[in-house]
Amino acid sequence: MTTVDEPTNTPAAPASHAAMLNLTLRVWRQDGPDSPGEFETYTTTIADDASFLEMLDYVNEDLIANDREPITFDHDCREGICGTCGVMINGQAHGPQKATATCQLHMRQFKSGDTIVIEPWRAAAFPIVKDLMVNRAAFDRIIESGGYITVSTGSAPEANLTPVPKDAADAAMDAAACIGCGACVAACPNSAAQLFTSAKMQHLNMLPQGQAERWTRAENMVETMEQFFGSCTNHGECQEACPKEITIDFIAMMNRDYLKAKMANRRRGGQRKAG
Amino acid sequence: MTLTLDSKVPGGPIADMWENYKFDLKLVNPANRRKFEVIVVGTGLAGGAAAATLGELGYNVKVFTYHDSPRRAHSIAAQGGINAAKNYRGDGDSVHRLFYDTVKGGDYRSREANVHRLAEVSVNIIDQCVAQGVPFGREYGGLLDNRSFGGSQVARTFFARGQTGQQLLLGAYQALAHQIHLGTCTLYNKMEMVEVVVDPETGLATGIIARDLISGELTRHSAHAVVLATGGYGNVYFLSTNAKNSNATAAWRAHRKGAAFANPCYTQIHPTCIPAADEFQSKLVLMSESLRNDGRIWVPSNIDDCGKQASEIPETDRDYYLERKYPAFGNLVPRDIASRNAKTMVDQGHGIGPLRNGVFLDFSEAIGRVGLDTIKARYGNLFDMYERITGENPYETPMRIYPATHYTMGGLWVDYNLQTTIPGLFAIGECNFSDHGANRLGASALMQGLADGYFVLPSTIAGYLAPQLNKKPMATDAAAFDQAEADARGRIDQLMGARGTKSVDHYHRELGKIIWDYCGMARNAHDLEKALSEIPVLREEFRKDVKILGTAEGVNQSLEKALRVDDFMELAELKVRDALHREESCGGHFREEHQTPEGEALRDDENFAYVGAWEYAGPNIQKDAVLHKEPLVFESVPLSQRSYK
Repeated sequence: MTTVDEPTNTPAAPASHAAMLNLTLRVWRQDGPDSPGEFETYTTTIADDASFLEMLDYVNEDLIANDREPITFDHDCREGICGTCGVMINGQAHGPQKATATCQLHMRQFKSGDTIVIEPWRAAAFPIVKDLMVNRAAFDRIIESGGYITVSTGSAPEANLTPVPKDAADAAMDAAACIGCGACVAACPNSAAQLFTSAKMQHLNMLPQGQAERWTRAENMVETMEQFFGSCTNHGECQEACPKEITIDFIAMMNRDYLKAKMANRRRGGQRKAG
Repeated sequence: MTLTLDSKVPGGPIADMWENYKFDLKLVNPANRRKFEVIVVGTGLAGGAAAATLGELGYNVKVFTYHDSPRRAHSIAAQGGINAAKNYRGDGDSVHRLFYDTVKGGDYRSREANVHRLAEVSVNIIDQCVAQGVPFGREYGGLLDNRSFGGSQVARTFFARGQTGQQLLLGAYQALAHQIHLGTCTLYNKMEMVEVVVDPETGLATGIIARDLISGELTRHSAHAVVLATGGYGNVYFLSTNAKNSNATAAWRAHRKGAAFANPCYTQIHPTCIPAADEFQSKLVLMSESLRNDGRIWVPSNIDDCGKQASEIPETDRDYYLERKYPAFGNLVPRDIASRNAKTMVDQGHGIGPLRNGVFLDFSEAIGRVGLDTIKARYGNLFDMYERITGENPYETPMRIYPATHYTMGGLWVDYNLQTTIPGLFAIGECNFSDHGANRLGASALMQGLADGYFVLPSTIAGYLAPQLNKKPMATDAAAFDQAEADARGRIDQLMGARGTKSVDHYHRELGKIIWDYCGMARNAHDLEKALSEIPVLREEFRKDVKILGTAEGVNQSLEKALRVDDFMELAELKVRDALHREESCGGHFREEHQTPEGEALRDDENFAYVGAWEYAGPNIQKDAVLHKEPLVFESVPLSQRSYK
């Protein structure tokens, strides 16, 4: 499985005031979803004030200079908000620093001489596209099944008509901070998506505006989630890995809403049955 | 010269114009809407909102994004907030005041009619977003909270912590997800538009060619109308606060097919970003402008002190240059003035930090005045982010900041309907030029994206579609599609075939250096001429010498970047050409030859009160591009010169 390559011919590192780190990287390389993958080993020297993704950029420049295909990885905003990036770093989703997405992780978190193992998210619901890039479309399917409030453009009432208690708005915001990166799934031994789904659901279910569709939302989102992802067994790894520190309290709230949604005679209570 | 600029601004009093115009517009009746296909390219605030709304109305929408999910566009990174003329504070705000502030803030280079409409629909945006569940900041009574932003004299900015862009985009994304579920919208993710298709006989936009970023396949898509919502061109500078994938390819391809490109020289440089740390810096990170409320900006008076720690430099040897030069506004001068002054200080050798490329933003006085806890409560998240990136603790040592490219006011020229000079091709959000003139006010980008997407485009597009009832969109095996696909394939083959010696990033960085040095915060004819001689040389070298490994089939991120950089190489030349022709200083465009004795921007309203819209007329851009002028008339907001002394 493992091949140890010749160390690449590292060009002189750019001038820098920062401390330089000598690193060995073991990076997962895989051509496509159905190809076998394997680790390749590279060595590099990088300044400790570079970000983790800048380190990968630099390795890629080096690979290109040596006529070897660069490592494919997803990334975009590099400010920790778009949720596009994310890799397993030494077995931890987004790496060692708490509350930090991969793009916000900086190399000063490592020591010269370290070996860093870099892998894609590992989950059946997130098939590998190439190298470190995975397909997270299953998250979109969960949102499409109910992660919204139905309000056609132009039909909204005046914004201040419905006061929202500040605590409810703040709690909704805590949940809504989810960036949809998938670290929770990658960190979970069951590849469960409860943290993502509950954050997206409870953001809406806690607000007055979200009440009309609360029970159908709970039922549809949970059941769509279960088509793709494993089951939650309360390990709590998800909240440890979450770059936005979303808590598993939302999972408890989701479970409660789902249970209520499954109760009989909902329609007589004025609550439409799903589907 | 086939191109004509007809702004189609309806007549009548400006306050009633939009309402009257909507009444006059042709409508498509609900049962007929499903007979129309509309392509929306881009899923940021503008694109996501437009696609969702068109879907709700009943049109068949095909929506394209190069991201894996329509929730990731760079709208998501906007921190501060969104303006709306709700006047919930009772502090004298109104639609007219927001309109007035936006025209004036844009330094009188925007179209009054469009800006007034923007201010009008701003109030509907807040209603819509609240109903969608956007968790805006609230007061204890449960009503919406506001803050004052970017030097505005009224509190009209709505916010969701420091993540307003994220929450608004998720609102639009969720509305779009609902429509995808209902089948009115079809999502094409990981698909990048590489060409627009125009019917050679009628001149109408009829579809796009999109590259599937997973398979590498070029795919054909036809529609009755195409809407571009593809963002700005800030990444022409390589280093900017834009996301790494943000690019101008869709807009530039449209330009090459006949869409006029307006005011490409207008770029907003944000004063408070973290300076580049190293040669391999990949992007710049913005720190919210709100920091200037409490931070004092300074540099060492003696150049010899610039290598020292801030704490080693006595108070008497510090130059608080903004407070010195602008005693009335001090550290709160507008973005362009703060940025230019930082550049001047660094250029004069007063820059600080390891690379001497920043100025200090110092909170020690504020911490002494209001206490550490208050500063922590106000800026804790930002201070943490700063420390994560730089490894320095801003509670103990001043932040280092420097300006960076942030937003582009120029873009595709559009009329009052947001239609480009190619009929059937619309442009919304940052990719059009329409509302911000030469300078955008803080918290107005989110407002414009959502105004265009939710409220303007879905109305105006009906006027274009209605007469086409029962006409089928062009078949995708038509000659125009063959030609467009062949053009795209030719470009891909050329770049892949170069098999040269240097990476795409190498050339992008080189281009960025030219543009930043010669067409950045301050410009002059000499430097701009230099850029015009260097860019075509670099472009030719890039096309001959770029090194892309792998193949065009399957995922190839180097090829994706190369196609974008190829377009930036051309756009850069037009941008410089535009900057050279505009012999005045206005907003984000500062020409050193045109300043007041005090060093302030000096507009020339007599000769330059127009939109400069360029027509593509051949590959030698600096010689071939044809300038068209849309005169700007200011009837509601009288022309005046800014002063912050």
